[in-house]
Amino acid sequence: MSARESGLGGNAQQKLLAFASLIVLVIGFSLASPNFFQVSNIMAILQATSVNGVLAVGVTLIIITGGIDLSIGTLMTFCAVMTGVVLTWLGMPLPLGVLTAVGTGALCGFVSGGLVARMKIPPFIATLGMMLVLKGLSLIVTGTKPIYFNDTPGFTTIAQGSLIGQIIPLPVPNGVLVLFIVAGVAAWILGRTVLGRYTFALGSNEEAVRLSGVNTEFWKIAIYTLAGAICGIAGLLIASRLNSAQPALGLGYELEAIAAVVIGGTSLSGGRGTILGTLIGALIMSVLTNGLRVLSVAPEWQTVVTGAIIIVAVYADQMRRRGRS
Amino acid sequence: MFTRRTLLGAVAALSLMTGATGAVAQDKLYVPLISKGFQHQFWQAVKVGADKAGAELGVEVTFEGPDNESQVDKQIDMLAAALAKKPAAIGFAALDSQAAIPLLKQAQEANIPVIAFDSGVDSDIPLATASTDNLAAAALAADKMAELIGGEGKVAVVAHDQTSRTGVDRRDGFVNRIKESHPNIEVVTIEYGGGDHLKSTEITKAILTANPDIKGIFGTNEGSAIGVVNGVKESGAKVVVVGYDSGKAQKDAIREGVMAGAITQNPVGIGYETVKAAVAAAKGETVEKNIDTGFYWYDKTNIDNPEISAVLYD
Repeated sequence: MSARESGLGGNAQQKLLAFASLIVLVIGFSLASPNFFQVSNIMAILQATSVNGVLAVGVTLIIITGGIDLSIGTLMTFCAVMTGVVLTWLGMPLPLGVLTAVGTGALCGFVSGGLVARMKIPPFIATLGMMLVLKGLSLIVTGTKPIYFNDTPGFTTIAQGSLIGQIIPLPVPNGVLVLFIVAGVAAWILGRTVLGRYTFALGSNEEAVRLSGVNTEFWKIAIYTLAGAICGIAGLLIASRLNSAQPALGLGYELEAIAAVVIGGTSLSGGRGTILGTLIGALIMSVLTNGLRVLSVAPEWQTVVTGAIIIVAVYADQMRRRGRS
Repeated sequence: MFTRRTLLGAVAALSLMTGATGAVAQDKLYVPLISKGFQHQFWQAVKVGADKAGAELGVEVTFEGPDNESQVDKQIDMLAAALAKKPAAIGFAALDSQAAIPLLKQAQEANIPVIAFDSGVDSDIPLATASTDNLAAAALAADKMAELIGGEGKVAVVAHDQTSRTGVDRRDGFVNRIKESHPNIEVVTIEYGGGDHLKSTEITKAILTANPDIKGIFGTNEGSAIGVVNGVKESGAKVVVVGYDSGKAQKDAIREGVMAGAITQNPVGIGYETVKAAVAAAKGETVEKNIDTGFYWYDKTNIDNPEISAVLYD
């Protein structure tokens, strides 16, 4: 197996087909309900994808190294909370808030990376610990009450406004624009930079990389830091969308992001994965959730169907791989 | 391989879903309720009431809410999907009113009436709010307390908090009724335990130590009431305990006789009245701004009555 299936390129056939199944879902829901394929509903789906999508892009990087990050959900919340502290409590200007979110994310990612790479704590345990630490810190900092951004005009436009809507008559929310930019940059890093090359190499055979004289600790920490910064962007998006930093939110979001990554064909054992696949995975998740709701399927069954789709998607992907080798 | 299987799966799932929903008549009014929760027994009881009203009035009702009360964004997504279905009216219990405002405005622009329920929505967009009249309910608790302690003596309140609407209303409803109608009873102290069992237990013990002659204590929600029960048990005092809401611990305390009785809200009524008001609003009828969904006093004698046990939860 090639360790260098790159970002947006790679196995074109697979992605075309994954994309096709997304299209089939969309067509199916559109036929089932006239209310599904409406501009406002499609925008609602994209808006719902933005936060999970950004988180999924971040954790894709880590999963390709053969690691996992369970702290992304609560890290997102912690970044949102710190942005609230800087903007609302300290009254700083908006750009500083953005910087705080990304900076907090990068710093926490750096800590997670250090725990995994330097202290050799298994990623599952290290980030499980971080998940709880960050959840607690968010509650402590805020005193369990949400922080609102009413004093920062323009903050809600980060996710809710529509720059694209001013150019063409399609009100694509800015949050979606941010998701595509983040995904584009991540795909470029994976496909075109040294960091990207080592990300795949670490996931394929870390020992071989180390023995060939590469400072694996450094590169691993760099990847966790980058993924943390991306979680910071997700924090910014969710805070902007809710016009508030909700300190109790975040637990469970890591699993949704990981599900999107897995549906997108990234291997949990590392060494293989694409950002485009993750994007499609995230879209499949939110199209499903929204479509089932629009069809008024009972919430209990929504959960069952979503779970079943994850299993089917991953099984199908494995069958395809087995057939090829 | 990948596609064929995925496609098959997707098509199968879709046909299953369309089959399930195909039976719904298109000309029926549709009213979705977006709640603060779904799995909790309290919300299941609200759903029962909503479904009952839906069946009686011949409208299609759906009920959903996020897994827990922290998932503000999930609730917003549910509201967005509900709006996409072009409903006749929407019932909504906001987890965070401010976060929901853009979508509520969207509903307003599309002329979709919004009916708030339970704790309601902090905005002037909802045409009506179906909730418990906490002031009146706590006043009933005060009357029952007075009756149980013989109309005179000292009582105390362990409240769940001093900022939320329910916290303030339940405290004031109780204290004001005592002042107005029971002049021989004195509310010696009001303490706040945040609805936390342990904290409320410690508060209760402190109250009992400071006022050995106290006759009764009122706990204003499930956590506070259980805390009061624990505090009274631990210090071995003989006082009349009056609680609020239900839950297994509180029901057990009432059956054992440690708690004299409690106020229960009527979640079934909340669901029922919400749908009823939503349908009225959709038809252009005027609806009452504040709909009191009712409440009951329950104690050892009536805890197993069908009318009461229907609104209690574990």
